[in-house]
Amino acid sequence: MSRELTMLQAIQEALDLKLADDERVVLLGEDIGVNGGVFRATDGLLAKYGEKRVIDTPLAESGIIGTAIGMALNGMVPVAEIQFLAFIFPGLEQLLSHAARMRHRTRGQFGVPMVIRTPYGAGIRGPELHSESVEAFFAHTPGLKVVVPSSPYDAKGLLISAIEDPDPVVFLEPTRIYRAFREEVPGGLYRVPLGQAKVVREGEDLSIFAWGSMLRTALRAAEQIEQERGWRCEVIDLRTLYPLDRETIITSVQKTGRALVVHEAHKTAGLGAEIISLINDEALLYLRAPVKRIAGFDVPVPMFSVEDDYLPTEARIRQGIEETILF
Amino acid sequence: MEIYRWPGEPTLHQILREDGTLAREEPPGVQDQAQAWYRFMVFCRRFDQKALNLQRQGRLGTYAPFSGQEAAQIGSFAALRRDDWVFPSYRELAGMMYHGLDPAHALLFSRGHPAAGYMPKELAMFPGQIIIGAQLLHATGAAWACKLRGEDRVAAAFFGDGATSQGDFHEALNFASVFQLPVVFFCQNNQYAISVPVTRQMATPTVAQKAIAYQIEGIRVDGNDIFAVYDAMRYAVEHARSGGGPVLIEAVTYRLGPHTTSDDPTRYRDPEVHDAWARAKDPLLRLRRWLERQGLWDEDQERAWTAEVDTRLAEATERMEQTPMPDPASVFDHVYAQMPPALRRQKQELTDLRGRV
Repeated sequence: MSRELTMLQAIQEALDLKLADDERVVLLGEDIGVNGGVFRATDGLLAKYGEKRVIDTPLAESGIIGTAIGMALNGMVPVAEIQFLAFIFPGLEQLLSHAARMRHRTRGQFGVPMVIRTPYGAGIRGPELHSESVEAFFAHTPGLKVVVPSSPYDAKGLLISAIEDPDPVVFLEPTRIYRAFREEVPGGLYRVPLGQAKVVREGEDLSIFAWGSMLRTALRAAEQIEQERGWRCEVIDLRTLYPLDRETIITSVQKTGRALVVHEAHKTAGLGAEIISLINDEALLYLRAPVKRIAGFDVPVPMFSVEDDYLPTEARIRQGIEETILF
Repeated sequence: MEIYRWPGEPTLHQILREDGTLAREEPPGVQDQAQAWYRFMVFCRRFDQKALNLQRQGRLGTYAPFSGQEAAQIGSFAALRRDDWVFPSYRELAGMMYHGLDPAHALLFSRGHPAAGYMPKELAMFPGQIIIGAQLLHATGAAWACKLRGEDRVAAAFFGDGATSQGDFHEALNFASVFQLPVVFFCQNNQYAISVPVTRQMATPTVAQKAIAYQIEGIRVDGNDIFAVYDAMRYAVEHARSGGGPVLIEAVTYRLGPHTTSDDPTRYRDPEVHDAWARAKDPLLRLRRWLERQGLWDEDQERAWTAEVDTRLAEATERMEQTPMPDPASVFDHVYAQMPPALRRQKQELTDLRGRV
């Protein structure tokens, strides 16, 4: 059975299916029970599975992540929701110093199979500190995996894979496209493997790497530039930010000889730098132009009346493509 | 307008007085175990001294001594079942060894050896936590899983007075209280967090009273009285195991040595206060006096046991020093359940580099 679902509906369905499929799975977080989550990602799940499986917690992110670690050590598979990515900071200590290290410090005796789901990114007219994009923090931390879907189909399949993964996974959900569009999503359990990027649009002239809500912006820019100038850009959705799919990135750059990374996170020390470094290591001699980054500016994510100018736009991406191809 | 005020004088549960006489009847089971406890306390005291010596000789790295806290640690661990969850801090080796950690293995932590992280398979015990207070939440989560699955195991978190200033302490007590989880929070108030005295750590006269704010049970116990510590912990563990919810125990004790081998406690300690704790309140001395009154211990036994301990410690040191150093490439193991390709390449890089030199 396949229907058209939004990304939010696809995420809700993945959680529903894993709760039914595996009794070790529990959901915990702020307002996820009676209220069904502030975005309704857990809508209806408390009524269906009861308060032992879908748990409204006190308002304390370190408490949520820290107790989820303890649950995971003792045989459960917690899926914790942090209400917005910027709210995770009080819990970062638990995530970076404990969830990420536990397997290593106990020499493999205790893993932490857990997922931290959190809405992230700008573009929804959120209040201050509701729009951050700090995926690089997590990708920089050994022991974590970092996943970002950019479509309903991938969101469901990636979340199921993340819940089934034996290691802690930070699952970043781009709020801007939670309800932006629908696509065909199969009904049952299926998996999109972690660590595999996807070529969303094929092309020969330049490779664009993007994830989350920027993927759609990059795709539109690629379509516009083809109409305007006839250049064909390949667009690659990274989907997993750690571990990166090196092979897909390198294969594409070897083919096109030009590359552009688009992310809404701040430019300095963002993942774009890591991807460019990877291209430098593996495909430097294939390059016909410097690899460009179109990224969020190095300023705090601003108040929403000016967020559209903070975020990379189609115009900025088109300009980046032109500068790279005409280099 | 009524102002809500802390109502009473702090109490202190004590069974064994400093002179070795009983303030009240000893709890059941104590008569049979007291001599074994004393032997273990002597072992731990000499272990601690041995570790300090090894560090000074350059045979160990940083070490955090626990001398003075033997009664608090052994008395509390003695009330746990072997399958209970144990989340200690780094200053818990006496309790951890009592629970089943091989002394040679215990020394590996200060040897910087990754294998220190292996805990005995038959136990549910973790390596000592470095980050102050973080393990309270892990214990709370493990207890939560016990409750959700209907297991009768409990979780115990061990920490010091400094940890009570951390947010994680308060979040753990709150979660445990809201969900009525089978977890025991065992605080050894040893009067100092490195150099900062407990009076600057908190304005409240006790740690135990913080339980009241979370509507859970709190016990303040003489931490140098092993009978009272065991009694308090036994009560707390049974309370948690039988569904009564979490308990906070404050064991009032004193760290006789430095925070670690890297600091000099004479910089921050009052020598008079120190002498009082070191002489009159020593937990070993107190139990020995009681045992001697019972005719269960004498000078000959003390001498024989001390010699036996030193033989065992020499043997443990030898085994520790003979533990092969790990293959450096093993640092890549156990970062993930399955090694990602990028890590595999880095591991190869290190292996190749070492092959060339």
